[in-house]
Amino acid sequence: MRAFAGLFEALDATTSTRSKVAAMHRYFAAAPPRDAAWAVYVLSGRRQKRLVGAAELRAWLEQAVDLPAWLIEEAYTAVGDLAETIALLTAGTDGQGVVQRGAPDTTPVPDREVSLADWLEHRLPALREADADTRRETVIGWWRSLDPAQAFLVTKLMTGALRVGVSRLLVARALAELAELPRPVMQHRLMGQWQPQAAWFRALLDPDTSEAEASRPYPFFLASPLGETADPATVLGDVGDWRVEWKWDGIRAQCIRRGGGHFIWTRGEELVTERYPEVAEAVATLPEGSVLDGELVAWRDGAVLPFAELQRRIGRKQVGARLRAEVPVRLLAYDLLEHAGQDLREQSLEIRRQQLERLLAEAPPALGLSPLLAAGGWPALARARAGARERGVEGLMLKRRGSPYAAGRVRGDWWKWKLEPLTLDAVMVYAQAGHGRRASLHSDYTFAVRDGEDLVPIAKAYSGLSDEEMGRLDRWIRRHTLERFGPVRQVEPVQVFELAFEGIARSTRHRSGLALRFPRIRRWREDLGPGDIETLAEVAALLADKAAG
Amino acid sequence: MEARTPLVLPTSEGLYCPAGGFHIDPWRAVPRALITHAHADHARHGSRGYLGAMPGVPLLQRRLGADSVIEGMAYGERRRIGQVDVSFHPAGHVLGSAQIRIEHRGEVWVVSGDYKRDPDPTCAPFEVVPCDTFITEATFSLPVYVWPGGERVAREILAWWDANRAEGRPSVLFCYALGKAQRVLAELARLTDRTALLHGAVAPLVKLYRQAHIRMLPTASVDLRSRRDYAGELVIAPPGAAGTPWMRRFRGASTGFCSGWMRLRGQRRRRAYDRGFVLSDHADWPGLLRTVEETGAARVLATHGQSDTLVRYLRERGIAADALETLYAGEDGAEQA
Repeated sequence: MRAFAGLFEALDATTSTRSKVAAMHRYFAAAPPRDAAWAVYVLSGRRQKRLVGAAELRAWLEQAVDLPAWLIEEAYTAVGDLAETIALLTAGTDGQGVVQRGAPDTTPVPDREVSLADWLEHRLPALREADADTRRETVIGWWRSLDPAQAFLVTKLMTGALRVGVSRLLVARALAELAELPRPVMQHRLMGQWQPQAAWFRALLDPDTSEAEASRPYPFFLASPLGETADPATVLGDVGDWRVEWKWDGIRAQCIRRGGGHFIWTRGEELVTERYPEVAEAVATLPEGSVLDGELVAWRDGAVLPFAELQRRIGRKQVGARLRAEVPVRLLAYDLLEHAGQDLREQSLEIRRQQLERLLAEAPPALGLSPLLAAGGWPALARARAGARERGVEGLMLKRRGSPYAAGRVRGDWWKWKLEPLTLDAVMVYAQAGHGRRASLHSDYTFAVRDGEDLVPIAKAYSGLSDEEMGRLDRWIRRHTLERFGPVRQVEPVQVFELAFEGIARSTRHRSGLALRFPRIRRWREDLGPGDIETLAEVAALLADKAAG
Repeated sequence: MEARTPLVLPTSEGLYCPAGGFHIDPWRAVPRALITHAHADHARHGSRGYLGAMPGVPLLQRRLGADSVIEGMAYGERRRIGQVDVSFHPAGHVLGSAQIRIEHRGEVWVVSGDYKRDPDPTCAPFEVVPCDTFITEATFSLPVYVWPGGERVAREILAWWDANRAEGRPSVLFCYALGKAQRVLAELARLTDRTALLHGAVAPLVKLYRQAHIRMLPTASVDLRSRRDYAGELVIAPPGAAGTPWMRRFRGASTGFCSGWMRLRGQRRRRAYDRGFVLSDHADWPGLLRTVEETGAARVLATHGQSDTLVRYLRERGIAADALETLYAGEDGAEQA
């Protein structure tokens, strides 16, 4: 655990991508495989179960230290994080057991090193079974015996809220470097369901790349946005080089039929097979060794339903017959990544499409084909895009002929040419209570996009959520505040929102160097995580396209 | 019990001792100023006469200018000023820093200035001075502020320097130019004898410390160097140098900051240095409480920062405590030298 705490501090301390990758590389090279497996699990932001709630932690903290409650509260306000407050107040200043002067009740004893894996596999899960007194005594005992860095981590892990400032891509980069494997191979190996075990970590670094885990999805190829007023002829060249599809307003999904099983993954790497039984049943009829990429949409009477309808299905793990009838869901497939067990991603777009069409010719209606549009010329496509709203789609997708299926957001071959307004996915970083009716309700938000490993505020927005959503978000904000600056709360960068805006301009007054015109929340994207948000470069590119056009 | 006039009270010029007719660390020009130490928020230019502890006089002279009239008194030496007896006692904050003891008709007040209880190889250790009223700083008065020892932090700094050296990167360590920089150099001198490079604002103060026979790492000035390769070097610079064109020469540098504020993760992250080292020249929470207790003071007046917290905590423990409004900036204000 000490080594992992060191890694965490190194990652936490630096803003340099190079240093972060180097720190992870060093850690993974030295750590026992079982610990390393858990480190990958934690670093890649996989969900941990919450074992202890904040209220319980605060009560224990008051018992653990000989300080008045108001002073603990003052300390918490200054620190801004409960786990850190606990670590600073209860742990020794020195892991070797130096007595914390002046605080009589907090004499740390030298701790025995417990591995990260032992913490996560044994010590922490044992809390779940323990009775209230044992839980309290055990946890307070840990706090006192650990150094502050470890006490902080253990407490964060208990609350299931440990977040580390690295993206999955960076984790993949460090592991790929260590294993001397191409990054896409490592990205692929990190997808899907896996258990953090020593054998799994060894397999992760295995130079033999022929393996495949049945349920594992491929990394999604993500399209880059084409600017609002961009001239596609300038940016993309000859229209004949492009194949055009509608951009559906649904959920990006990969459907897998492999090893006798079937799986539906969203772009946020959530396994949602059970939520869309009509699609799952259809996937089950596909031949063994098939992987489809497409969009899950709500579909009735031959037409797509608004996203709001689909939203009724998104949160439901169990779908009743009535809802299933009211909001039928189907996949509109547009790519075939694997056929008869062969990885097709290096094949050309046309070949993949051809095989997809052949495969779906006999498929049940829940597996539809996203139609190709005739690309008569850029003016005709511009008219098609202008009419997208009436069709219930978001705009056009432009895919370069002959292109392979890349991993992640690789600029150049896939473009989304969205309807106006422009939109972007950003993560909420600050929240502030509103005024009047919204006093004490956090209703004013600041959103950020990614710039390297940093989050850069890009817009503030005050409207666009329903009262129900705002109330729910308000409760979340209160539980996930990192720090307070007067009335402003810095929150964990977790909640992703789709922002709509009318235009973009350079600005010297904003740290991002960009100002959005009339930004508002278009949608709370609970299906996306902070790894899915736009980058500053992508947002700035909208500006460049504008200049080019 | 007879109501006495306070020996020291806040005025618009700063703390004033009516019975002695002098000010302590005034922020405006006054006839006679007693100075606790040479940081900018305590030693300001313009007064007619200054009196400070002897070891701090060269630093005061540099801060206040050659035309300022500064007299030094040895630690512990007593002198009658007006109707009071005055003496200076080590505060352990920086070289020549002092607490000022004032006695009038058997009543004793001590003005702490800034102080710390941790060992510091660059200055005389804090001396407990029993008193009736203790005017204490309260920069870090929350129980989360507990300092690791200076030696331990020096080992962390050296490990960071070594790691950067191994990668061929410069290490730029931001420290307040007066006190912190020299303390770091002195702590490091116990661990290595490699040369450190100094920013132009730090070098003259290091020279004054050397003249006071403080043992520190060998140093050289960045600006006087002909070589333009800083790979593996340790550079000591004031926080104000961060983000300036001066920094451009240290390509690929890892940056660090030494301050008590670095105890908090939020502070470390917000300030965007690669490393934060918890090293403060102020008393931590246990240090404040211990000092209040050891002085035996029946009454405590707190200045700086989080004085309300300390005041409330002491009151709950049965000590008469109040906040004293001053313009002292605490650790953040001590940047310039």
